[in-house]
Amino acid sequence: MRRVTLWVLSTVAVLVLLFTYRTSTMGPTTTPPAAIAAAPGQNAPAAARAGSGGGTYEGSVAQTRWGPVQVTITVSGGRITGVDVPVFPAGNRRDEEINAFALPVLRQETVEAQSAEIDTVSGATVTSDGYIASLQAALDAAHLS
Amino acid sequence: MTAAYQRRAWVQQIMGMPVSVHVRCDDPSAAHVEHRVAAVFAELRHADAVFSPYRDDSDLSRWQRGELTLHSANVPLTKADAAFAEADAALVKAGAALAEANGTLAEAAAALAEVNGTLPKADFTLAEVVALCEQARLRTGGWFDARADGRTYDPSGLVKGWAVQRAARNLAGLHGYGWCLNAGGDVLVHAPDGRPPWRVGIEDPDRPSRTTGVITVRDGAVATSGTAHRGAHITDPHTRAPATKVRAVTVTGPDLLWADVYATAAAARGTDAIDWLNSLPRIEAQLLTTTGTTHTTTGWSGG
Repeated sequence: MRRVTLWVLSTVAVLVLLFTYRTSTMGPTTTPPAAIAAAPGQNAPAAARAGSGGGTYEGSVAQTRWGPVQVTITVSGGRITGVDVPVFPAGNRRDEEINAFALPVLRQETVEAQSAEIDTVSGATVTSDGYIASLQAALDAAHLS
Repeated sequence: MTAAYQRRAWVQQIMGMPVSVHVRCDDPSAAHVEHRVAAVFAELRHADAVFSPYRDDSDLSRWQRGELTLHSANVPLTKADAAFAEADAALVKAGAALAEANGTLAEAAAALAEVNGTLPKADFTLAEVVALCEQARLRTGGWFDARADGRTYDPSGLVKGWAVQRAARNLAGLHGYGWCLNAGGDVLVHAPDGRPPWRVGIEDPDRPSRTTGVITVRDGAVATSGTAHRGAHITDPHTRAPATKVRAVTVTGPDLLWADVYATAAAARGTDAIDWLNSLPRIEAQLLTTTGTTHTTTGWSGG
């Protein structure tokens, strides 16, 4: 477990960049695709397939020094039902191990954040490296209210 | 209301921590909102460049090496302008003399430019932070101390709250907008009249993906200090050993600078800090000890 933690702390910062993209509000009736666009410095356009009160939101592809990263959030009835990372560095076994560890954590906390009905979290100072696995990261991704 | 009340978030990594801005309004994608949020991040990056103890070229590092003085650093804008004008006048005279002496006006202009370039920066605020650190030491009975470790001068514990508080002024100009600024777990929010307040979860230090309670805040700050993510990083200024009695302490108050300073001081002080926090006006707090007990001020509203 400790080794896994160290791997995450040392390299999972790559996924932090997932959250430099912006998404729409998660209100049950508002899913304007226009609210999703590339963050400054990112050229790839973002896309959304929004249905009634839901849809799949694709963040833009962020070029990190480890490789390209992209995150997708699925919304249904104003709630996040899925978090996926279709594009991520997977050049070696270590990358794959990190992804296998970090992504389920992100998904789980996204769901937990919704049930907690909170807007933001106050806690001991989070480092950039620890952000990906934090509740605040899920809240930032989801804009829950 | 013609448009939906929407919420939008921005996140950047600054000062080694995630900083997120959430804005609630009818038009979160409007250019003026983008500009305000960009200004928040820009101001925080500037503060990092000035105050980072990890950068050799920060004003803080240069001051500690004796390359800057607080006096020259703290020249207010008007005084700096006056100094520029004075220096320019002197240089014009010098330039004239130089031009007369060797007949090369270009050389004089180059000399003028060079001297102008060595004048102190007008927006330099190190002296203000040093003064605030001293004020913080006095207000906390010595439990907040930029010289806590007895070796280096480290105002980082105050700079973060100070910088975030200042950067948030960019959002205060968004009248009728709600906003929430979260800098690595320290939070400053505003909710306009007629809109819901912000619900701030208090992180469970033993399980950071959970919260121990929620407080609602319309206008103000929530700051937490503790050992959950970075271990015993707060130094007891009296023993100069790592403070270990407090697992986490959360302080609410009207502004982030002081909420953060009080949280840091309480973490250094220990369990009896709750009585001190209880005596402070407009401050409420919750303190979790390493032995598992929870203490709160009388007005604490967190569930």
